Amino acid sequence: MFGDYSLGDLGSIFVMQGFAGLILFSVYVLMALGLAIIFGQMGVINMAHGEFMILGAYVTWMTSNLFQSYLPSLFSGYFFLAMILAFLASGALGMLVEWVLIRHLYKRPLDTLLATWGLSLMLQQAYRSVFGAREVGVELPQWMLGSLHVTDSIEVPINGVFVMGLTVLITLGVAYVMYKSRWGRQVRAVVQNRIMAGAVGINTEKVDRYTFGLGCGIAGVAGSAFTMIGSTGPTSGQLYIVDTFLVVVFGGAASLLGTIASAFSISQTQSTLEFFLSGSMAKVLTLLAVVGILMLRPQGLFALKVRK
Amino acid sequence: MSDEPNKGLLSPLRRKLLMGMAAVPAITMLPRASFAQAPATSAVNTTGLAVTDTEVTVGILHSATGTMAISETGSIEAEKLAIEQINAMGGVLGRKIKFIQEDGASDWPTFAEKAKKLLVNDKVAAIMGCWTSASRKAVLPVMEQYNGMLYYPTFYEGLEQSKNVIYTGQEATQQILAGLNWIAKEKGAKSFFFIGSDYIWPRTSNKIARKHVENVLKGKVVGEEYYPLGNTQFNSVINKIKLTKPDVIFTDVVGGSNVAFYKQLKAAGIDLSKQALLTISVTEDEIDGIGGENIAGAYACMKYFQSLDNPNNKAFVPAFKKMWGEKTVIGDVTQAAYLGPWLWKLTVEKAGSFDIDKIAAASPGVEFKGAPEGYVRIHENHHLWSKTRVGRAKLDGQFELIYETADLVEPDPFPKGYQ
Repeated sequence: MFGDYSLGDLGSIFVMQGFAGLILFSVYVLMALGLAIIFGQMGVINMAHGEFMILGAYVTWMTSNLFQSYLPSLFSGYFFLAMILAFLASGALGMLVEWVLIRHLYKRPLDTLLATWGLSLMLQQAYRSVFGAREVGVELPQWMLGSLHVTDSIEVPINGVFVMGLTVLITLGVAYVMYKSRWGRQVRAVVQNRIMAGAVGINTEKVDRYTFGLGCGIAGVAGSAFTMIGSTGPTSGQLYIVDTFLVVVFGGAASLLGTIASAFSISQTQSTLEFFLSGSMAKVLTLLAVVGILMLRPQGLFALKVRK
Repeated sequence: MSDEPNKGLLSPLRRKLLMGMAAVPAITMLPRASFAQAPATSAVNTTGLAVTDTEVTVGILHSATGTMAISETGSIEAEKLAIEQINAMGGVLGRKIKFIQEDGASDWPTFAEKAKKLLVNDKVAAIMGCWTSASRKAVLPVMEQYNGMLYYPTFYEGLEQSKNVIYTGQEATQQILAGLNWIAKEKGAKSFFFIGSDYIWPRTSNKIARKHVENVLKGKVVGEEYYPLGNTQFNSVINKIKLTKPDVIFTDVVGGSNVAFYKQLKAAGIDLSKQALLTISVTEDEIDGIGGENIAGAYACMKYFQSLDNPNNKAFVPAFKKMWGEKTVIGDVTQAAYLGPWLWKLTVEKAGSFDIDKIAAASPGVEFKGAPEGYVRIHENHHLWSKTRVGRAKLDGQFELIYETADLVEPDPFPKGYQ
């Protein structure tokens, strides 16, 4: 297939394809981070993850409308505020859900699947009733559109670079919170042994609530960022849920590094295969590879060594 | 349980009614003048449909919930508007239209079940409904078994024809060929890159488009790619497009993927004012989600645009907005859905009866001069003769009309040489 193209053409395509892979990688990490915390650390199978993301997207949409109507001069910077609001909104909803629903189900992890599935349906219908069944278009400031012109044939999408930067920031933030802060130590203690953690004076209920809230909040930020590359509608969250679980399960639950490694391998396989085969075929082969590896390593790529 | 005794009571009554209807041929021989305003129910309804002296019931069957609600909402709105307008004009054969709305919930078996409910329990005289081909395929056997009449609004892949369906959208050859001819002539396009969602409509449409490009236009298809429904990452295929440098990108990507595709196309620096792109899947409805700035400059090929400048459309657009809100947009399928109740009314009046068999027989040749898209006529194959138009997307999310076929294009659901 390369016979007709010059070396220069091919070179720039490979550079751009590399970027495409990296962008896909950051998208996967960003959407999986929240779930890695909720599913990985707390063992809650959160089927409503996509809906928390879409809440973030809707918050972004509302913020953009507000700025357009009342503060048009500050429109170019609205996105940063929107992401913070998205984090707060999804996080608050997450904590509410934890209090109403999830905390009663910690001893029955499989039931969280059904409960959160129901929750996701309820949220979808709520979005439909509030925002309408049609998709909404989130308007972005001019500087976030278009591409960086590197050479005549190499162009790097600005929104891709933005998502990459955001992913790095959030990943570092989460890593710091989980592994360096006092609160992160409490979270890990509760995960490893809830009763013992309670006995040494950790308020496990509070830790649970904030952990769940943090996971949902990050989902909200991801949703906010994805308004740049995807659609915003009541059921758009469903587009992400399968890939998200794939990344987290493949990486090995309870391991942040695993999530990153898994996102990297899946995204690179996917985008390379997509280039040489058709889109659907690439997806099939990627999934086959994941299934094969999970058969050999049921615990995922990285797993905590714990005594069972 | 509580339904059972009721049915027992009803059915002898129904049998008596049916016996009474056997006398219908005699009634039709009575002087016409005696029921010039509203013909007797027994005369216009010999098969036990839900028709009374003052009312006739039809069904609306679309997804008001689930993923397809995004697309089908417009159709529901258009059908309700049409019904309201028909009622304001005095209804059909002197009877007001009453509708029963059922929710297909974006789930194909549910569509079939609800269609059966509408036909068997509610005895509706017609169903305006379905959107995806999958839902239509699920409903079709039900329509044929219980002899119902479906008005189906979506442009679709063709290869189907039924006595029990009127297809008010375009079939694939009507929609595609004129658009390809135009872009080949206007832009001197020789090489095409196809990209679609991975299901029956894009695959069939692209098959037809490929045959046309290769055999008729003597051009070349330099790429043909399909992505799963709901796919949100298109960077790899965009790179392939950049590598192959096609004259035209021809797309039939649908749903949420559409939004992702155009946003990423724009982000990758592909300027649609320089790179020709022809889509058969983006209407004004989709642009709402995509954002005008991401798709401005792209060409769409279909039969209706909200911006069409004709008297019918100038009445239709304000009426629609008055009923459903100033911000609502009207896409191709929404307009086709609006035709459904009107075509049914005209057919019923032509047949002088609500009977399904008579409507099916009377349909060919029915003309609707008030269609927002302009004049349409039903063909023997139950599809519509209609014009095909090419529009260019503008920043404000509307299309500006660039080209329209001089004559109505004949529907050809089983195109020879294209399969």
